[in-house]
Amino acid sequence: MLKIAKERLNELYAKINEAFGLYIPIKKAGEVNYHVWGEGKEVSIETLKTVKSPKNMFFPQSENMMKFKTEDKNISIEDMNFEKKPFVLFGVRACDYKAIDVLDKVFLADPVDTYYQSRREATTIVTLACSKPEESCFCKVFDIDATAPKGDVTTWLDDNYLYWQANTEKGEKLTSLVAELFEKGGEAEVKAQQDATKAVIDELPFSNLDLSRFKPENLNELFNAKEWEEMSEACLGCGTCTFVCPTCQCFDIRDFKTNDGILRYRCWDSCMYSDFTLMAHGNSRTTQMQRFRQRFMHKLVYYPSQNGGLYSCVGCGRCVNKCPQHLNIVKVIKTLGGKNDD
Amino acid sequence: MQEVSTEKKEFVPNIVAFCCNWCSYAGADLAGSSRLSYPANVKIIRVPCSCRVNPTFVLKAFQQGADGVILCGCHPGDCHYVTGNYYTRRRMALLFSFLNYMGIEKERTRVEWVSAAEGARFSAVMNDFVKTISQLGENKRLSDLRVKEGE
Amino acid sequence: MKDVEMKMLERAKALLESGEVARVIGWKKGEFFYDPTPASFETVDELKDFVYNWFCGANLSKYLIQMSKKEGKTAVFLKPCDTYSFNQLVKEHRIKRENIHVIAVECLAKLNIEAIKAQTDGIVKSVDVVEKDVKVVTTSGEYTLYKPEVVLSKCAVCNKTHQVKDEEIILHERPVRDVDRFEEVEKLETMTADERFAFWKDQLSKCIRCNACRNVCPACSCVKCVFDNPKSGISAKANDSEFEEKLFHVIRAFHVAGRCTDCGECSRVCPQNIPLHLLNRKFIKDIDGLYGQFQAGETDEGKTPLTSYTEGDVEPKDVFNGEAK
Repeated sequence: MLKIAKERLNELYAKINEAFGLYIPIKKAGEVNYHVWGEGKEVSIETLKTVKSPKNMFFPQSENMMKFKTEDKNISIEDMNFEKKPFVLFGVRACDYKAIDVLDKVFLADPVDTYYQSRREATTIVTLACSKPEESCFCKVFDIDATAPKGDVTTWLDDNYLYWQANTEKGEKLTSLVAELFEKGGEAEVKAQQDATKAVIDELPFSNLDLSRFKPENLNELFNAKEWEEMSEACLGCGTCTFVCPTCQCFDIRDFKTNDGILRYRCWDSCMYSDFTLMAHGNSRTTQMQRFRQRFMHKLVYYPSQNGGLYSCVGCGRCVNKCPQHLNIVKVIKTLGGKNDD
Repeated sequence: MQEVSTEKKEFVPNIVAFCCNWCSYAGADLAGSSRLSYPANVKIIRVPCSCRVNPTFVLKAFQQGADGVILCGCHPGDCHYVTGNYYTRRRMALLFSFLNYMGIEKERTRVEWVSAAEGARFSAVMNDFVKTISQLGENKRLSDLRVKEGE
Repeated sequence: MKDVEMKMLERAKALLESGEVARVIGWKKGEFFYDPTPASFETVDELKDFVYNWFCGANLSKYLIQMSKKEGKTAVFLKPCDTYSFNQLVKEHRIKRENIHVIAVECLAKLNIEAIKAQTDGIVKSVDVVEKDVKVVTTSGEYTLYKPEVVLSKCAVCNKTHQVKDEEIILHERPVRDVDRFEEVEKLETMTADERFAFWKDQLSKCIRCNACRNVCPACSCVKCVFDNPKSGISAKANDSEFEEKLFHVIRAFHVAGRCTDCGECSRVCPQNIPLHLLNRKFIKDIDGLYGQFQAGETDEGKTPLTSYTEGDVEPKDVFNGEAK
């Protein structure tokens, strides 16, 4: 294990940025999101939850796909999936890292989404262990260890040092690039921090949610549960939960007319929207209750039934913090999940 | 031998003018038939009344490449629909002030009243507006980079 | 606040038991003490989750659009600022007034849990308010915060009073305060155009087009929004360019101009904390300055500044910082 004094982190960022693009949580206009690092920017890796999750780096909120041009009777198509320059994604938390697994299963399954793939392959992920979890966190429910995230490199941060450990070949390569800034040591400090944090996590209010009823065989029963009506009553039908969620993966494809032809782009879409998957006959889900149910059934039942039991919620708690009317997946799990919290 | 020009191309602004059917459009017509000139880069969009112009039209014009947007209607009190231009006046006063609040040059937008008999005034207004926008330069703050792709 | 909650609960029970109303709209407790959810209670039994505390910031007026169409009468608890939205919705024929029983409840400003968390360490365990002190207990210790710094942005400059009530539950009078809601707008006005542009660019570039501001807004009650309508030519689900960030917010602010009651829900719900109320307040300030003092929602009748005019109105070119030159 290696370590670097906290005061020297800027040197580390600069060094990484020299060789790769560096995306890191940065505070801009009061909120912390992933941005390209630059001298003088306000880095905030201590921030537990960026507003937008790092999925934005692989699956951007909007992304150009191709351009069409018509000349006489010929249509030319220009692919806009350029080769991506290698970049480092720094400070990814355990839940958000796990969320990338969830996305991989969708975008990298056959047929592979090449736009996603090119970004994914260009990335070296440096994760950061949590030391100050919040009451809205419940990653433990999904067997995620917030104190030991995976990734190409894992780091831990305390008041004095950042501890660094490479896990993969990509990680080793990045380490060798910045090795001169580091000194050896830190195992004991990291262990102590992990133990302390785990004790906090065990005590968090949502750490023992019961998911036992969310199984494919209960699909019909859960789908028809009468509680959906009440749970979704206050839902505004906005897309906040979907857009801050690290695992939501739905998108829409749209065309924009430029002076030179047509630009086709894709952008995030939300199953909470009334015009989601709008077809010629109208929308397949006509009430907000149905849309609300879709979102949580997808996270807890549909997705796992197609992906070997892997839930597409990672317990980051962003929806718990951000829903304008405080509806969230925790309430759904408590209401329909099982007996733990009765 | 062909000479290669090293001079920068002179900025020729794109102007969108929303003209009401009854006064200003007729005024433009009169300007034309009186052989008064106004710059060719003014693109006139005829609307039934100046109050047909909703703020989206103004923004959309900027998005599609306009450097300046001007609304022309009947003089207050002379609206073909009696009161339409009074509403225009309030709306645009608020919209332009708001755009200014967002840091967008207020000189890029204008409302002028031009009657059907004022061909000369129409020509003068347009010449003046084009001059203002030429001095102001290209619209960058309310443009959409996607539109200009490939230019 | 506990005493008010008890009174409200008592009243809700009585109304449901007597059959005077079919449902009561209020707040029910969430997972923590600071995240209540708007809810409708149809039986006395359901009222066990009823709550009214320092975190009930949500404006319940908009829910009444649906509720007033239901069978039977609906009782609703409205804070002072909510009553303006209520009036505005009645004026626009979105709420059937005769189906609603308005119970005016005191407010004394609502707290912003994000602001409290930002000023404290550890996990928040309890929050108590004594006059201007907000006493917070967290796993890391005890803190005393200054209330005006941790209230919702909409509450910071509020002097609103109930504009409509069928009955009231007010145990503590709120003193009228010396606050100026246009102070922040004026600060922006005095900046240079470049500075203003940079300010809004930074703020609006955070926008994720989640539509929370629109969907929570009582003035945004269109059946189909232009931004959702593929035939409008401006529909979009994301800001695919910087222009679209501005387009959405300019059009939305303009569309509610003259109807926005300054309830501040847009800023409360924004996940990126964009100060959206500063957009709406600019319109309010300009309207006040150019066409005379106007507060939307003060009554449920009459014309709004954008649906009326005078012959001597200022010309657009003579407007400077919201005043006639």
